[in-house]
Amino acid sequence: MFARGWTDGLPVVPPTEARVERMLSGTSRNPADLVAVVPPDLVDCTVEKVAINAVMAGCLPEYLPVVLTALEAVCTDDFNMHGVLATTMSVGPVLVVSGPITKEIKMNHGINVLGHGNRANSTIGRAVQLVIRNVGGGAPGGIDRATLGHMGKQGFCFAVDQEGSPWISLSEDRGFGTDQNTVTAFAGEGPHILMDQKSRSADSLTRMLAQSLLGSVSSRVVMGIDAMLVLSPEHMARYRDAGWDRSRFMEELANHLMVDADSIIIGSGGIEEGLPQDFAGLSLPKFRPGGLLVVHAGGPAGLFSAVIGGWVNGPTGSEPVTKEITP
Amino acid sequence: MTATSQTGLTVLDPTAEGRPAERELTPRAETLAGLTVGLLDISKPRGNVFLDRLEEHLVKIGAGVERYAKPTFAKPAPVDLRHEIATTCDAVIEALAD
Repeated sequence: MFARGWTDGLPVVPPTEARVERMLSGTSRNPADLVAVVPPDLVDCTVEKVAINAVMAGCLPEYLPVVLTALEAVCTDDFNMHGVLATTMSVGPVLVVSGPITKEIKMNHGINVLGHGNRANSTIGRAVQLVIRNVGGGAPGGIDRATLGHMGKQGFCFAVDQEGSPWISLSEDRGFGTDQNTVTAFAGEGPHILMDQKSRSADSLTRMLAQSLLGSVSSRVVMGIDAMLVLSPEHMARYRDAGWDRSRFMEELANHLMVDADSIIIGSGGIEEGLPQDFAGLSLPKFRPGGLLVVHAGGPAGLFSAVIGGWVNGPTGSEPVTKEITP
Repeated sequence: MTATSQTGLTVLDPTAEGRPAERELTPRAETLAGLTVGLLDISKPRGNVFLDRLEEHLVKIGAGVERYAKPTFAKPAPVDLRHEIATTCDAVIEALAD
């Protein structure tokens, strides 16, 4: 299978007819139903083709609805998977799963949440990437032109910790109900740790997080690239103690994410990268409205959060897409 | 479709099972003099610097030049733009940038 170009470099589970049939038992959809038109070759992809790739990735049948929905999300015009592949920037689909299904399929939202070790987390994103490769034709060195890439492109999927959060979830913030199962697809790079082990007040931690977030992807880019902030339980505790809700946090954080454009104008500080001269004198937000997605996840101990930098945002690049998972 | 390995294991095909359409290349021109050359800017910084220089050279050798730009570098060129270039130009040069 590796010689045929069907794998991502790691061994895969052979998709025998029996295994694929078992995989298909995880969804109520018909095997011949169309799931999505998969970039970059814009190929009609059936439920059966997704099931074959899900077997190869190592998924269990109960993961299939998440894989199907995640694939639908990344194959939308808004997400722009063709661009995410073709860019030389090192981004890939980051899939955030929310709702009761995360517990039902035993996803990890705790220790090592952005790492390895959990079957659902490790294989759902991998299945999506195998479909993009095998059905869509989007393989590294072909349409995928990433200069560096990152290991999360093997498959990057995790669950949010909703029970442990005093805030509404990202999914609710994006218009879904508390008990709805959803997947949010975000075009992101690898996670970058944000360390603050000393702040004991919400205000101090917010200032520190903002200072770190200003460097997300490039300290000289404002508004054009989104980010996802993964707030850990021990950092979240500062906001729980202070009684801050999600909107208070977003508001306070935004106040500390204003950038004096003069400091990042082309040539300032002896750096040729930066904003054109027309922006001189302005104060600009680091992120566009809605351009910072915040989720709660991680192990119970450790005063670290993480930022996952994004790619070109909006209609000219990639929009985060949230979809309800259907069986 | 299925595939069978040397050990006799039969697996289902995970690919699209399609083959890319093969099209013949348009005959290559001997010279660009007298032809219309489309210059497609992908809309990244400094692509215009490269295309401006190319335009100077092309005009010098007697080629006509039409300038185009993609709405965004992050997405494939829209079908209408590709159609316009294909029906207006004899050749096209797409610029990278940065």
